[in-house]
Amino acid sequence: MPELIPMPKLGFDMTEGTLVRKVKKEGDAVNKGEVLAEIETDKATVEVEAYIGGVVKGWLVEEGQHVPIGTPMAVIAAADEKVDMDALRAKSGGAAKPTTPAPKPDTATPSPTPPPSVSSPIGDGQGTPAAASPLARKIAGDAGVDIRQIPGTGPGGRITKKDVEAFLSAKPAAAAPSRTAAPAVTTFVAGPAPEDQTIPLTRLRQIIAKRMTESKQTAPQFYVTAEVDMAAAMELRQQINTLLPDERKVSVNDLVVKATALALRAFPNLNASFAGDKVIRKGHVNVGIAVTVEGGLLTVVVKDTDQKPLAQIAAEAKAMAGRAREGKVQGADIEGSTFSTSNLGMYGVDNFIAIVNPPEAGILAFGAVRETPVVKDGALVVGVRMKVTVSADHRVTDGAEAAQFLQAVKKNLEEPLRLLV
Amino acid sequence: MSSLTMSKAISQAIMEEMERDPNIIVFGEEVAAAGGTYGATQGLYDHFGPERVRDTPISEGVIVGAAVGAAMNGLRPIAEIMGINFAFLAMDQIVNHAAKMHSMFGGQFRVPLVIRTTSGGGRQLAATHSQTPDVIFAHFPGLKVVAPSTPADAKGLLKSSIRTDDPVFFIEHATMYSERGEVPDDKDFLLPIGKSDVKRPGKDVTIVTYSKMVSISLKAAQQLADEGIDAEVIDLRSLRPLDMDPIYESFKKTNRAVIVEEGWRSFGIGSEVASRIYEECFDYVDAPIQRLAQKEAPLPYNAELERSATPNPNDVIAAVKAVL
Repeated sequence: MPELIPMPKLGFDMTEGTLVRKVKKEGDAVNKGEVLAEIETDKATVEVEAYIGGVVKGWLVEEGQHVPIGTPMAVIAAADEKVDMDALRAKSGGAAKPTTPAPKPDTATPSPTPPPSVSSPIGDGQGTPAAASPLARKIAGDAGVDIRQIPGTGPGGRITKKDVEAFLSAKPAAAAPSRTAAPAVTTFVAGPAPEDQTIPLTRLRQIIAKRMTESKQTAPQFYVTAEVDMAAAMELRQQINTLLPDERKVSVNDLVVKATALALRAFPNLNASFAGDKVIRKGHVNVGIAVTVEGGLLTVVVKDTDQKPLAQIAAEAKAMAGRAREGKVQGADIEGSTFSTSNLGMYGVDNFIAIVNPPEAGILAFGAVRETPVVKDGALVVGVRMKVTVSADHRVTDGAEAAQFLQAVKKNLEEPLRLLV
Repeated sequence: MSSLTMSKAISQAIMEEMERDPNIIVFGEEVAAAGGTYGATQGLYDHFGPERVRDTPISEGVIVGAAVGAAMNGLRPIAEIMGINFAFLAMDQIVNHAAKMHSMFGGQFRVPLVIRTTSGGGRQLAATHSQTPDVIFAHFPGLKVVAPSTPADAKGLLKSSIRTDDPVFFIEHATMYSERGEVPDDKDFLLPIGKSDVKRPGKDVTIVTYSKMVSISLKAAQQLADEGIDAEVIDLRSLRPLDMDPIYESFKKTNRAVIVEEGWRSFGIGSEVASRIYEECFDYVDAPIQRLAQKEAPLPYNAELERSATPNPNDVIAAVKAVL
């Protein structure tokens, strides 16, 4: 019997791997225990040994392709055994083709891990033409469905009428516009709408989707909001910026990042990671800053944020954010954050809630600094306010602690000299 | 309605037509006093005498040649060729004379001729006497090719063949003469030539066939029905003209087809029918069309080998399942 060699599971949290190199080519003899291939996981490049001997009849996965664990990669059989590779490819097709080959890592260059490309999509959006009957193609076409989305169950995996109909009936029927009889008014008549588009996920989008889902599914999160009087901080910022050239000016963001870092030093449970049966309190305070890039966002990290002067934080954050937006981010820019911040103030957002970025225990979201009526000593005056919301992992910390942490952030910003000493 | 054998239905059709039209004559090998090798001309000689029913020498060229000449001169001959394998000896008379007189002479002549013959294997007559080369005769424009699958169809189609003014090559199956069926008594019972017939309605797959393979396919359809597969069986009844409309209609409903013929697969009836379906119903195709036919070898004499070389109901069932 031909044996299918699957993508192995080499770690507790390994869900997929990349075939880096086929050590044995199609037609090569292989002994049990010999190295068959090299694969790359999230963490390392690992050799995969053949667990039976025979001849490599063929590969079902290409070099550079990354596939879920368990996906058949190669077929080993006796030398004289006939193996229908086409049938096997058709069978494994569904699982083996979610992505097209990623660029092969260049092992010769001793550079740090290449940063994930932020602009080029990983899929080419084309895929292999699906085997489908003309009728299936027509029905799918009439329904405006991309035939490649539909799993085929016919001979050799062919997509037939049955498959398309099953697919279409599984999708909720488009709600027919139901109208109750109304007085004679001009009825809206739907014109031709643009067709639905299928956009393959970029690598970045895939990572965001995976991590955010993981966060919401595994980390029970709670949210605490506070309002900060920013009058003093804004005034201080203005004073500082008169001393600095344009390109080195300090932003509100920098103030919040520094204030957060100082508070984190005081509240180690917010600067921590949940690890199953223990909590790891991080020694460094490295505050991440979410930066919008094409097709998603990246978090750039100011290392040892609590210890760096405001001007240095401002300079580093500006440089890293610039690289991120240009798609030239470096590995070190996005590694090692222990807590994140997210700022939508530039869009006039008053307040919002961010999702914790695992394995961190918290994220601080803040909105715009705005002038607002406040009551001071029994009189209405114009105040300068900003809302901050911390999202925290309840496995690590609790509401009261998060509230005290927010108080500390608030205090640092309301007495901004704390940011300078 | 009367329950008649295929053989009786044919002789009844000829008898009725000869009663109706004195220009109809019958000739061939052993068709007169002996009543035909398969009994299909039984009683004609006694009834109409040697003027209208006569034996010929063993020469197929003479039989068809004389028939073409007689037809051109006002008679309506029914010529019998004992077996389709011997029709090759009259090929020139069939394809160059009978089929072409009307068009080559500017319509001056009609050739109201019926050539009756038998086709098919299944009787251990070995390779040269067991062939099913029906499709060869359907290749030529100018010749109608009819092949009934039931006694009633045989009567209705033969009467129409006798009445048409064009030459008709009428193919009876050598193993079906004793098969019985209800046949209308009506002396004017005519079935149009060039109309396919749905022998069994169904919704899951279209089986296209003719002649003896109709009964084989119906048996298969019955067994498939027990498994919940509803097959539609369409009898072509004539290979030329080939009536595709009911087949297109059926295929647009079932999206799957199996074509069953007793002859060989290469360049066969299945090829023609499948090709036309692909041309006309491309957007309705949900599976590659299957062609079931005789194994590509001269048909063996050995009974077991002969059986295994010819499509049977299990083969039809397998072909149907291959498209579902």
